[in-house]
Amino acid sequence: MFGIIRQKVSAGGSPPLAFGQMIRPAVSAWRGYSAAAKQMTVREALNTALDEEMSADPKVFLMGEEVGEYQGAYKISKGLLDKYGPERVLDTPITEAGFTGIGVGAAYHGLKPVVEFMTFNFSMQAMDHIINSAAKSNYMSAGQISVPIVFRGPNGAAAGVGAQHSQCYAAWYASCPGLKVLAPYSSEDARGLLKAAIRDPDPVVFLENELLYGEVFPISAEVLDSSFCLPIGKAKIEREGKDVTITAFSKMVGYALKAAEILAKEGISAEVINLRSIRPLDRHAINASVRKTNRLVTVEEGFPQHGVGAEICASVVEESFGYLDAPVERICGADVPMPYAANLERIALPQVEDIVRASKRACYRSVPMAATA
Amino acid sequence: MAAASAFSATKFTQPLPLNTTTSRSHDKHQSFFDPLKTTSSSSSFLGSTRKLRLNSASKFNHLANSNRRSAVVAVSDVVKEKKVKSTTNLLITKEEGLKVYEDMILGRSFEDMCAQMYYRGKMFGFVHLYNGQEAVSSGFIKLLKQEDSVVSTYRDHVHALSKGVPARAVMSELFGKTTGCCRGQGGSMHMFSKEHNLLGGFAFIGEGIPVATGAAFSSKYRREVLKQADCDHVTLAFFGDGTCNNGQFFECLNMAALWKLPIVFVVENNLWAIGMSHLRATSDPEIWKKGPAFGMPGVHVDGMDVLKVREVAKEAIGRARRGEGPTLVECETYRFRGHSLADPDELRDPAEKAHYAARDPITALKKYMIENSLASEAELKAIEKKIDEVLEDAVEFAEESPLPSRSQLLENVFADPRGFGIGPDGQYRCEDPKFTEGTAHV
Repeated sequence: MFGIIRQKVSAGGSPPLAFGQMIRPAVSAWRGYSAAAKQMTVREALNTALDEEMSADPKVFLMGEEVGEYQGAYKISKGLLDKYGPERVLDTPITEAGFTGIGVGAAYHGLKPVVEFMTFNFSMQAMDHIINSAAKSNYMSAGQISVPIVFRGPNGAAAGVGAQHSQCYAAWYASCPGLKVLAPYSSEDARGLLKAAIRDPDPVVFLENELLYGEVFPISAEVLDSSFCLPIGKAKIEREGKDVTITAFSKMVGYALKAAEILAKEGISAEVINLRSIRPLDRHAINASVRKTNRLVTVEEGFPQHGVGAEICASVVEESFGYLDAPVERICGADVPMPYAANLERIALPQVEDIVRASKRACYRSVPMAATA
Repeated sequence: MAAASAFSATKFTQPLPLNTTTSRSHDKHQSFFDPLKTTSSSSSFLGSTRKLRLNSASKFNHLANSNRRSAVVAVSDVVKEKKVKSTTNLLITKEEGLKVYEDMILGRSFEDMCAQMYYRGKMFGFVHLYNGQEAVSSGFIKLLKQEDSVVSTYRDHVHALSKGVPARAVMSELFGKTTGCCRGQGGSMHMFSKEHNLLGGFAFIGEGIPVATGAAFSSKYRREVLKQADCDHVTLAFFGDGTCNNGQFFECLNMAALWKLPIVFVVENNLWAIGMSHLRATSDPEIWKKGPAFGMPGVHVDGMDVLKVREVAKEAIGRARRGEGPTLVECETYRFRGHSLADPDELRDPAEKAHYAARDPITALKKYMIENSLASEAELKAIEKKIDEVLEDAVEFAEESPLPSRSQLLENVFADPRGFGIGPDGQYRCEDPKFTEGTAHV
């Protein structure tokens, strides 16, 4: 498994950058002070967030497989070993249950561990500690034992790695009280949410996306400030619109924005909500938007049944039923384990055109799809 | 029976070291137990119990012998040397003896009271009692400081009591009352006390071991990274023989030894995992041997003998406190009741039960104390009476305590009151009334 990942890192297009290159002015120097002029990859955003939080609080440490000498399977922890030493950047054996539990135990005792899963698929081996030891302890101990820990790593569909390495766990973790579940999309999200997660007194599941690590986003001076942090439980309106609301998180936000662009050309104004936080879910923002647009399309990579979209539908039906002008459209990953073949993999995952089509259906601009299956 | 004679210090079986040329006996701080040492003979273990299963006719003769012979294995020369020097001394002072006796009586009587209260419907769910294993809890935990941590299993009432959690708070928790040590939110299998550094009862097999290892990790981290030089806190992880076949046990032995963590892995081998005999579940039933396999000392001790447990515990805790790394201690013990109060306990041989009942650790300590004039019958009686009163008071307290209020249901899910995180000002965001209205501009 590791061999595959390693290969993917090196073949993944943009190699990780050295520290000095991290913040690259996109335009020439005389405009360098403009806030929107800077760009940063999600990888750099995560790396700088980790670095700043480790430097701000000596109780913060990073543990996981290959986080140290290898500099992170996806190079998220690049340079941190050199800077903080092996006591704070711990290379663990391949023992998810063991090291996750050790992280949880250290958090019981007031340290602030950041546990990296090489991918969230491997967190299944540590599920007991995430759910039973971390999420439930504050409650079982009646508030005596809080667990300030972050579980982070790439989540969701990767490319061509088959069923066991390609799955979205947002709905799984989000169904568990006691956990906070965050899913960043842009570099701003990655920085702000990771810093919030590390500072948070409770266990946070932080779902990154492998395919976003190398993506470049514009980033403002405010976001680059070391005190920057985003609120947990708040969604972001990525694009305002009036005809249909599209909710998405992680990589699907990018797809939703692309779909909104296409829809705009056809006269449909879509509002795109980047959920950012899957739990707590910003029900208020979703319902406020639906009350404005009267139509809803939910997008996620995960399985349809009991998914994030299902929860959003329930919330809208409960709180804004009278405002809906069309049935809610739910776009999810296909209800099958991820196939390996590239063509099958593509149709198993939501695509931009699926979002466009569903939005048009919601706006009665296309014929409802005949029931399949 | 065998108890009194077994107290003699020379009963500490000393296997021949593999390498006799080392000078470890002169360097106390180098290696107290020799991690690489193995026993010279396999007969010293209750390996005997294997025969007990296969050859029931002669089992008790064999067991009785082996129990006396197998007090401790794999203890280094230092221990032996020390023992030789102290041959003439008693193994415990009067004060210590009374303290341990009181703790064991408390543990036993508390559990008996739990059974009564369970059958009267005062407590519910799974209730796992500790009867018979008191020598382990009292022998180890009474040597700890308040700052040291204990991580337990679902059989955790007595560990909590030994660690100092008041009987009232534990009983009340079992009654599901708001005055319980977790306000009725934890229950029998989930005792926590931050004040006493009791980091929980864990209801899953093996779940507590990594958590305990993490607590030990944090002691080391505090000392080495946060520069709290005086942080010499030790963590004890208690678990049973059934857990020793679970992967988390091996994962954590490895990491604890690798990182030299201040932890003692205490196996309470009561020979049965519910209805699964240890010998039927484990390829090599000598659990202590797994210590040396990971580069840490493995010790086997008679877990029905609190004085022997204490000796071994002292060495292991001291080793951890000095930063010399973890120790695996296998305490061979027995539970006098079924797995839980719901267990019909039909699989264990009555003869086996009777054999261990005759080795009751409380009776043995009592006998030792009286024979060595450490305490009079009257003094011990007074302790028993005092504990009876403590328990009556605990039950009364639990009985009279209020049930948790409805509003408590939704409390304590997060440390953060509403779950919205911390703002840049360091305050909880939910405390800003504007935060829960509308999408924050970020």
